[in-house]
Amino acid sequence: MRLKVDGVSKEFGGTRVLAGASLSVADGELAAVLGPSGCGKTTLLRIVAGFESADAGTVAIGGVDVTGLPPERRRIGIVPQEAALFPHLTVARNVAFGLPRGGRRDERVAECLNLVGLSGYGERMPHELSGGQQQRVALARALAPRPGVVLLDEPFNALDRSLRVSVREDVRDALKKADATAVLVTHDQEEAMSMADTVAVMREGLIVQKGDPASVYAAPHDLGVATFVGEAVVLDASAERGVASCALGSLPLRSGGGGGRGRVAVRPEQFVVTPPEAGVAGLVERVEFFGHDAALTVALDNGVVIRARTRGDVPHRPGDRVGVGVEGPVLFFEL
Amino acid sequence: MLLVPAVFAALVSLLPIVYLVVRAAEGGLGVVAETLWRARTLELAVRSLGLAAVVTLLCVVIGVSLAWLVVRTDLPGRRVFGVLAALPLAVPSYVAAYTWVAALPDLSGFWGSVMVLTLVSYPYVYLPAAAALARLDPAMEEVALSLGRGRMSVVLRQLRPSVAAGGLLVAMYVLAEFGAVAIMRFDVFTTQIYTSYRAGFDRTPAAVLGLLLVVVTSAIVVAEARSRGRASYATRGAPARRRRVVALRPAARVAGLAWSTSVAVAAVGFPFAAICYWLLDGASAELRPAELFSAFGATLSMSAAGALVSTALAVPVGVIAARHRGRTASFLEQSTYVGHALPGIVIALSLVFFGVRYAYPLYQRWPMLVLAYAVLFLPAAVGAVRASVLQAPPVVEEVARSLGRGPLAVMREVTLPLALPGVLAGGALVFLTAMKELPATLLLRPTGMETLATRLWTETGSGAYGAAAPYAALLMLVAAVPGFVLGHRSTREDA
Repeated sequence: MRLKVDGVSKEFGGTRVLAGASLSVADGELAAVLGPSGCGKTTLLRIVAGFESADAGTVAIGGVDVTGLPPERRRIGIVPQEAALFPHLTVARNVAFGLPRGGRRDERVAECLNLVGLSGYGERMPHELSGGQQQRVALARALAPRPGVVLLDEPFNALDRSLRVSVREDVRDALKKADATAVLVTHDQEEAMSMADTVAVMREGLIVQKGDPASVYAAPHDLGVATFVGEAVVLDASAERGVASCALGSLPLRSGGGGGRGRVAVRPEQFVVTPPEAGVAGLVERVEFFGHDAALTVALDNGVVIRARTRGDVPHRPGDRVGVGVEGPVLFFEL
Repeated sequence: MLLVPAVFAALVSLLPIVYLVVRAAEGGLGVVAETLWRARTLELAVRSLGLAAVVTLLCVVIGVSLAWLVVRTDLPGRRVFGVLAALPLAVPSYVAAYTWVAALPDLSGFWGSVMVLTLVSYPYVYLPAAAALARLDPAMEEVALSLGRGRMSVVLRQLRPSVAAGGLLVAMYVLAEFGAVAIMRFDVFTTQIYTSYRAGFDRTPAAVLGLLLVVVTSAIVVAEARSRGRASYATRGAPARRRRVVALRPAARVAGLAWSTSVAVAAVGFPFAAICYWLLDGASAELRPAELFSAFGATLSMSAAGALVSTALAVPVGVIAARHRGRTASFLEQSTYVGHALPGIVIALSLVFFGVRYAYPLYQRWPMLVLAYAVLFLPAAVGAVRASVLQAPPVVEEVARSLGRGPLAVMREVTLPLALPGVLAGGALVFLTAMKELPATLLLRPTGMETLATRLWTETGSGAYGAAAPYAALLMLVAAVPGFVLGHRSTREDA
């Protein structure tokens, strides 16, 4: 169901955590709320769930105002950071916890366990499962009563990296198959970008930008968002008629509008490494090899240090002289 | 919703102080000042506090070391030691004191009191410490090791809430102790209160001394609450991992065995052997089975009722204390502790007073005695509930709320099932302690009722050690059953 959060504010002991945050998530959409720790994203989630009450603002689920309702009447599902399965109940009874008595309870439990790929685990106790399995059971438990909205609070934090990617995919698949509306809270931009349909960037108690991952990355609202959602080299610049002049030369702007003094942000994948005379000359400082690609740190002769993404078979070594050029339009933000 | 029963529990606990204040005030300020100003009063304070401090320290040393050996090492026979370590709960302090003083008359005085009280009360530290060790997340110890610190650095830190709560109980238990110190002829507040109460028509000095004792204990409670501070000890999520067992080196193994054995021998073996000796020696004294039976029945029913009532009163207070920080929560919790600080004799007297003036139909009937037990043993029950509720992390309750359960349903289906083992353990502890209770039982039992404890007191008082032996044996036997269960639980793998 549709989720609409409107102008929610919250203070804890005089500290303003939410400053009128608004967010709307369409039916069946998986939205990520992305922000650094302390930006208020967990508080926002807790207010949507009904665990905290907002000082101002409203929360509506499926068009119904639930601001004043206790959590048990909001029809939300929650997947907390560390699964928080009921340790005294079997997996099946954990999943069945939110289902009405009688009816087709067992069937729904089996269905949900199947959805998260854990058929046949029903009689296990939570402590007999791995962290990833516990997290998937937590999702099955949240999905079982067909909630209006599923809230996921940094659900992959406790998992190790290799596991995280596969559990992430499982969770996304299960949410999509269940056709659930979901909000994922995370500080990990890669997680937000790769999983969510839309990303809402949060800062200092406000949602500053919301859009699909590609457009947030390509057209960030301000410099802060630009550097938070992805790596960038930021340089002082002055712009005039769609062109910025900076330490890397004259570069075309992505959005033609701006002018005057400001800053440009160049993504690492925009850099091209050339022979020294073909670009801005500099000295290779460091080569980081990742397998599928590599990163080159270059100290330019004009004092600027840049980090460029290149192909994996990079021929350069530290100490080599190279040139650096920029491909495509760059982001410009007025001061 | 929990507040009303919690406030009721706090009011019940505060009743004795109200009486003390009323009694003291009736005597007038002059008498109060005169009693407080006596040099004897200062001497009593030093003696009482010194005794409490030394006993608490020794109990922490014994309780924590035994818990570590039993739960976290491969000590041979650790299961047996686990059971033995909890058994002193079944030894009434005055029985232990008597067995020692009868065997070694020179032992009476300060060090005799220290020894007897330590041996009977260290399980108050041992049991919570063993439970806390059993649920420690091994990852934390590994982190400590990796940081180049001993594993003890983090273990001790994590044990602190349990050990502090246990130590607090011991300190208050010692301050309220009457029977053992009376037998050891070591004069402290309680014995002096008893003497001055029995001595004259003017009961104001007794009330004043009682109030002073309440002040001292309140200071201990406040200090403990401060030291607990703002740290949160609810484990996030379930570590759900098997605990590691440390392999002892041969020398440590021998030392551990020697230590566990000597504690068990001194705390359990010696009183048990002494009672057996009396049983055989006193075979000439005529045994009256009917009296034995009726005393047994009375002890069981009174203690069970006391355990039930104090656990019922403790649940709301313990839940609030575990889940809320703030003045109301800590006031409620701490007011239930005050009851334990008052000697049983003072609680009994206050209830006599209350009964005579306000509830005459209940005076010298069983509800008064049960009420006294509830006031006396509420701290133990509240501590158990609070610690158990901390086992159910708030996030688990929130998940249950989101799945459509109201606050009451969450309590019934999630919090209570998770907390229940601990709550029941607390109830068993109260049951045990109530069976051994002497002074309040002496004063408040219904007319004509004799319990095992009062029989034992009467017979030993007249020097009839043989006749007292069957009661002592029965008391130890019955009380050993829940002790056995508690000890067994503490050594179970998934405890």
